[in-house]
Amino acid sequence: MAETTKGPLFAESGPAPGEAGRTGDWRSHTPVIDHEKCSQKDTCLLCWLYCPDGVITPDFPLEIDVEYCKGCGVCAEECPRNAITMIEGRKTSASPKRS
Amino acid sequence: MSDIKIITANEAAAEAAALCRVQVIAAYPITPQTPVTEELAAMVERGDLKAEYLTVESEHSAMASIVGASQVGARVFTASSANGLLYMHEMLHWAAGSRLPVVLACVNRGVGAPWTILNDQQDSIAQRDTGWIQLYCRNNQEVLDTIIQAYRIAEQTLIPVMVCYDGFVLSHTNMPVEVPSQADVDRFLPPWQGQGLLEPEHFVNLNPLILSEPRPDAQGNLMPGYMELRHRLHEDILASLAVIQQTDYEFQQAFGRGWGGLLWGYRMDDAEHALVSMGSLALEATGAADSLRTQGLRTGVIGVRAYRPFPARALAQALARVKTVTVFEKDVSYGYAGALATDLKAALFDAGISVKFSGFVAGLGGRDVAADQIVQAATDAILNEPRYGWVDVRGASA
Amino acid sequence: MSELYEIIWHGRGGQGAVTAAKLYTEAAYYQGFKGVSAKPTYFSERRGAPVSVHTRMSSEPIRTYSNVTTPDMAVVLDDNLLEMVNVTANLREGGLLVVNSSLSPQELGLSGPFTIALADAFHASEAAGLIVEGNVLISTSILGPLAAASHLVSLENIRRAVAGKFTGKAKDRNLKALDLAFEATRVFRYKPSDAVSASAR
Repeated sequence: MAETTKGPLFAESGPAPGEAGRTGDWRSHTPVIDHEKCSQKDTCLLCWLYCPDGVITPDFPLEIDVEYCKGCGVCAEECPRNAITMIEGRKTSASPKRS
Repeated sequence: MSDIKIITANEAAAEAAALCRVQVIAAYPITPQTPVTEELAAMVERGDLKAEYLTVESEHSAMASIVGASQVGARVFTASSANGLLYMHEMLHWAAGSRLPVVLACVNRGVGAPWTILNDQQDSIAQRDTGWIQLYCRNNQEVLDTIIQAYRIAEQTLIPVMVCYDGFVLSHTNMPVEVPSQADVDRFLPPWQGQGLLEPEHFVNLNPLILSEPRPDAQGNLMPGYMELRHRLHEDILASLAVIQQTDYEFQQAFGRGWGGLLWGYRMDDAEHALVSMGSLALEATGAADSLRTQGLRTGVIGVRAYRPFPARALAQALARVKTVTVFEKDVSYGYAGALATDLKAALFDAGISVKFSGFVAGLGGRDVAADQIVQAATDAILNEPRYGWVDVRGASA
Repeated sequence: MSELYEIIWHGRGGQGAVTAAKLYTEAAYYQGFKGVSAKPTYFSERRGAPVSVHTRMSSEPIRTYSNVTTPDMAVVLDDNLLEMVNVTANLREGGLLVVNSSLSPQELGLSGPFTIALADAFHASEAAGLIVEGNVLISTSILGPLAAASHLVSLENIRRAVAGKFTGKAKDRNLKALDLAFEATRVFRYKPSDAVSASAR
């Protein structure tokens, strides 16, 4: 008879950022928030609301998790104050530069 | 003149259905079959294929629709995979019991749960008791040719035919395929006239309730009971063995290539050991046979092309002189062993053939099966104790 | 002994790796390879997700569809993939690595017992006008460095495959992109220290 396999009985996954992996790698453009232009008020939070990947945390100043942000640009599109700009490239200013 | 294109099996299947001048298509998309539906829909849209394309909401409806269309005399086509095929399971029985020449392309994919989009043959194997003829293809050329042959077989036997090919492995892999001309296909496959089941002047109720005992109809004619109709289907499927063989032979006469009819052999003439498999895995096994020979084990391959009806006698004949038989298949009947292995073992027993027999389950859910892995398992099976085993299971404890 | 050459193409969904591989296998068929196959491997079928295509070219019909494990050539459509995928793992000694990049092997961190061919396929395609909805299409330009660095399939046969797939302006642009990339290819040829020829097996 075949060897018995140890481990889980059935397939299971839990909610976690980036179930498909570090999807931040998919970006060709990266969103950058200008916190001066941002209302910094709970009554807005449109970017957080619209983000399809839930990578914006609703605490001010807002932060975008660039490990998983796919660069779709919906946040920049929806922001009523044009506080978000999509800049070319995948790296944020904090990351080491590589052309 | 025919045309060599580098295409996928899905494209080959769509080309074949179009060349067969199918009249009604009803198919619901499911990975990895989807390109077949897209290509056929595009052909109908462009006017290249004069067919009704029914956009149905499920696979169950797809099969139900083409059962209806076939009953009024249309040549029909559908395709599915995995959970889609399973969704139409009830209607597969219905198509066979209604004795309809439906052709379905099954793009083999593993079934959930858990979800997989990748290849194994559990989907079609799980349908082996539905009364359909099942043919398994080893490459894209065979897919195209077998769909054409399927219409001849189905229309002659009035039994539905499932043409199976491995999802992603063949369905999305490009390779050279000779696409025959429309004129050549027309010569091989005349138009389907239907069975004349439904005529305006002659009202009839198809598939009424049938009781266990034969009983007379309204005109006093004794009609068969359920058992008789089932027996008839079974006898006719057994008789289709010869039709499948003959159709492939005639195809070879017409097009210059044949696929072995019920089964094909590779280096079997002087083989002491046989590897038996179906579909693309059987082709992979030919590479394993070559390797085993360099190790001094004279090995050949038997590729089973027709799985239902099961070519028991042909297989027994092909394996009469070998010492070991090792089956590799991409399916398992839980609680026992792989379906091909168990069917084959019984056939050899019936023929009084005693061999060292092993069966391996491999490649479920798209797990890659390379010739080297087949070599490893086969070497063990040939030299050591026969067994039922699984190839490349990676245990959590391993 | 029959010849067999195996290639792994690395790209991202939507970049054209599948198309490029298919065109190359068609060209290989025209070149006279009787057996050719191109098999994409899918995880998630989405734009941006890494995708690879395993292709084979042989003097005999192909009898295997399992994954390529020891490629003769690796083609990388996006140099960003180099940090994510070990594209030279098991690349045969004396084999060929093609990368779509404007950088040098040193800048890309590439070195090993294989020939490296680099060309900026984005630049070639852009110059040829192959931009659709902001996306630069490199499925034909990436074939330029392949033709330049490998004699297995000629540029002429690749052009024939490309011309067979596209019509009108699209055909002209794709052929131009192919030619521009071919001409711009920088080849860093591997010189084995022993006498065994790099292209024989």
